[in-house]
Amino acid sequence: MSILTHIAGWPLVAALALVFVPRNYRVIIRAVALLATFVSMVLAIKMFCHYGSAEAGPSGYRFEQQIPWVESLGISYHVGVDGLNVGLILMGAIVAFAAALCSWEIQSREKEFYILLLLMSGGILGAFASLDLFFFYFLHELALVPTFIMIGVWGRGARRNYAAFQITIYLSIGALLALIGLIALYLEAGANTFDIPALIKYAKVNPLSADAQHFIFPLLLFGFGILVSLWPFHSWAPLGYGAAPSPTAMIHAGILKKFGLYGLIRVALPLMPQAAHSWMNILAWLCLGNILYVGWVTMRQRDLNLLIGNSSVAHMGFIFLGIASLNLIGITGAVFVMVAHGFLAALTFALSGYIYQKTGTLEMSELGGLCRKLRFVGTVLVMAAMAGCGLPGFANFVGEVSVFFASWTVFPVVTVLAVWGALVIGGIYMTRAVRNILHGPLPERYANLPDAGLWRKLPYALLLASLLVFGCFPKLLTDQITPDADKIVSMANPMPDQGRVTVSQIETPGAPN
Amino acid sequence: MNSSLIALEICVLALGTVLMLADFWMPAERKKFLAYFAAVALAGLFIAGFSGSSFCNTFGTAFNGAFVEDALALFFKRFFLVAAILVLFLTAEFSDKLAGGVAEFYSLIIFALSGMLFAASANDFAMLFVSIELITVTFYVLTSFQRGRLGSLEAGVKYLIIGALSSAFMVFGIALILGTTGKMNFTELAQVAPQYAGNKLFLTGVLFLLAGLGFKISIVPFQIWTPDVYQGAPTPTTAFLAVGSKAAGFVLLLRFLFAAIPTVTHQWMNVLIVIAGVTILFGNLCAIPQRNLKRLLGYSSIAHAGYLMLGVAALSATGQSALMYYLAGYLFTVVAAFTVIALVMRHLDNEDIASLAGLNQRSPILASTLTLAMVSLAGVPPLAGFFGKFLLLKAVIQQAQATGNHGYYCLVFTALAGVLISFYYYFGVIRAIYWSREAKDLSPIPLSGAAKLSIGACIAGMLWLGIFPNTILEVANEASKALGL
Repeated sequence: MSILTHIAGWPLVAALALVFVPRNYRVIIRAVALLATFVSMVLAIKMFCHYGSAEAGPSGYRFEQQIPWVESLGISYHVGVDGLNVGLILMGAIVAFAAALCSWEIQSREKEFYILLLLMSGGILGAFASLDLFFFYFLHELALVPTFIMIGVWGRGARRNYAAFQITIYLSIGALLALIGLIALYLEAGANTFDIPALIKYAKVNPLSADAQHFIFPLLLFGFGILVSLWPFHSWAPLGYGAAPSPTAMIHAGILKKFGLYGLIRVALPLMPQAAHSWMNILAWLCLGNILYVGWVTMRQRDLNLLIGNSSVAHMGFIFLGIASLNLIGITGAVFVMVAHGFLAALTFALSGYIYQKTGTLEMSELGGLCRKLRFVGTVLVMAAMAGCGLPGFANFVGEVSVFFASWTVFPVVTVLAVWGALVIGGIYMTRAVRNILHGPLPERYANLPDAGLWRKLPYALLLASLLVFGCFPKLLTDQITPDADKIVSMANPMPDQGRVTVSQIETPGAPN
Repeated sequence: MNSSLIALEICVLALGTVLMLADFWMPAERKKFLAYFAAVALAGLFIAGFSGSSFCNTFGTAFNGAFVEDALALFFKRFFLVAAILVLFLTAEFSDKLAGGVAEFYSLIIFALSGMLFAASANDFAMLFVSIELITVTFYVLTSFQRGRLGSLEAGVKYLIIGALSSAFMVFGIALILGTTGKMNFTELAQVAPQYAGNKLFLTGVLFLLAGLGFKISIVPFQIWTPDVYQGAPTPTTAFLAVGSKAAGFVLLLRFLFAAIPTVTHQWMNVLIVIAGVTILFGNLCAIPQRNLKRLLGYSSIAHAGYLMLGVAALSATGQSALMYYLAGYLFTVVAAFTVIALVMRHLDNEDIASLAGLNQRSPILASTLTLAMVSLAGVPPLAGFFGKFLLLKAVIQQAQATGNHGYYCLVFTALAGVLISFYYYFGVIRAIYWSREAKDLSPIPLSGAAKLSIGACIAGMLWLGIFPNTILEVANEASKALGL
């Protein structure tokens, strides 16, 4: 069995096992969940380290495994990694473990919570590993539905019911549009298989007709776009994250949201190059909506969670911009930001969860001076905020700067405007949040706030370390992304691409590499 | 004639008679257990079908071609047997609320089952009508069985009046078809039907017959009775109505549309598309404001009739096998839901959704069963409902690409809208179970071993179909070949 099956399988099997554990064995329930996500993370790290030396399987992916499932439809359980998803799986497994560690804030119905958490983690890791369109969608849907239930049951705030229904309906529309697109893609391709490598191979000889491409591509673009909170379909995200318990927000904002982007890169670009080209212009302008408009909205937020939620929507704009530029640096940068933002979103939601737990509020006007009491948490929050506005040394910088280099050649106007959004707007809201929460006078009632204990520091340290490692040694990731991003780019651009530059030439200036 | 062809039907009829006779000698307090006896006997018949002997495994025709045994009939017969077994378990739990003789109720279920078995094999208008009547007439009694409850009587009367009306339509339709073509047998009709494809009298006959069948499967505009009857009828009757009677309507519809009059069916592509779309929207929209759980499931059953009509409207073998797969998943899901309703609301007069409050504490097993059932009805992986909807949508999109008919694309998006709307009310039920505040009654709900067994079977069915759809899909593909499209 492939190591990927184990990475996704451990949480899923643990979820099943928890069904049979009596609900009052709280320690055991928690231990099982932690163990499963920990094993999954260790395996993911092992997979990442051995990626370079692993041999490619029959379809050119590493750690491949294929088992027929429904032969008459050409559906098989097929997993494998290449440069595009190796980083995402590593990020997903680390975030899932961190989210399980942060779940101490859940005090009621722990059993159900951990079952849903494990379903989410296992489902989405499986979706990223999957090379079969059906399982790709199926496992994501399996991971998505627990989100809705978790927001409804364990959510916070008066508007959690509204938020739960809004996110359910919004994301279901997105998922169903994408489903229609995927089914139509399967039927139009005519290869009678849901296997992505087989479809791509088939499409090289028999490309999809232009009509079909122009019908299917928007379905996938907007279906996946809604899942990723592409402007103007983003309004579910801040509210939903604001109401979600923090482990759910960590997994959703960190991992699940990358599914739509990954789907665009993995499926839509290589199979429908013509339609992709005609839509990329529009996509570039839409992502300005994410970066500038949502950036402005973020500046006005008074609640820390809404601020983080909005800023995570704004960050999606960079990834879309990278995809829209359709060149090697852009795609590489987009994948890099996906990984980096996963760590960052999880880290910020984990920290805001801690602050909420201890103070009972996230209104920034109620907070202040917390750095004096929460030395560790406060420091990490400052670093996370700096990573969020793109400080060199953190992984986000590498990805975002590559995206700008890439998009400059294609959409100069958009790039100029986006850079403003990235540097100025991001800087304003992040530093303002830091000032309001961590500096200034400490309100009386917070005089006895305890800083995080050793166990609770672990998830923050883990996520921060990942951000720093990939920020200082981006080569670890870019070396693996580039060859496969190159394949995607060459399929998406039937014309020969002039003047290709590799990412290693534009590495972080100050990074010790 | 090969008499072993109808061996299964004869055995089932004999079982029904035995149950009626047992009513005379059985002491009243033991009558409840007759249900288990009947269920075991049916399970025996079900298993015997797989034993490899000639028992209900031989294909062929009987009664001058009026009765046909083929892969399609076999698929539906097995379906009906499983449905009846699960409904019998449900009835046993419900037996203390049935005022009249319990044994009578069991035997009526068995007789309705025999009607369904005949319907699965009907290849002739006479057989079609007789089997439909056998089902409908037994359901008149089953619906109004709780004589002391006004709701049950009201439901019975409504079902009787509209059922009689639809039977009248059906007979009239058959008369018109027979009058114009002179054929009763589907196979013979198929040979001459193309020349009548423009004959108005013949088409009126077809329309009337479809109206009669539309009543059985509750598609718009023949759905009006469904919510009332679902709400008023005793819960086991509702479950059997939702699963068995609907599936019987669908097997007759499939055979009539695709074996008897395929040319006319293809002409009526757009009619089928509109019916499917309107049914989906009607069922889902009307389900939103419902507070009574059985009524809600009544509307949801209309919506599911609409989804199943996607498989018919697709006019292809893929559509038909998707329909059969979907029905199989629907069986376990719906029976699971009604079993929970019967157990939870045993002592209540109305089945208000609010009375589910605190079910999570009262019985975690029932709470999770109902949750799984709702999630499967909504079409969420990894349960059967997801793969079923996936197959149906795939069949429709495939047909859209093959014919270029834009109506099919509209139908796909209508179905999506329906699925989205349904999330609202299915999750509303889940919300009532897990996070409503005002739980008055927190007494634990006792579960008998038999109830656990049937609930376990339903859950296993939902998961098995969702995670390993291959087996049942192969069987359904095989069955759809019998229609020769």
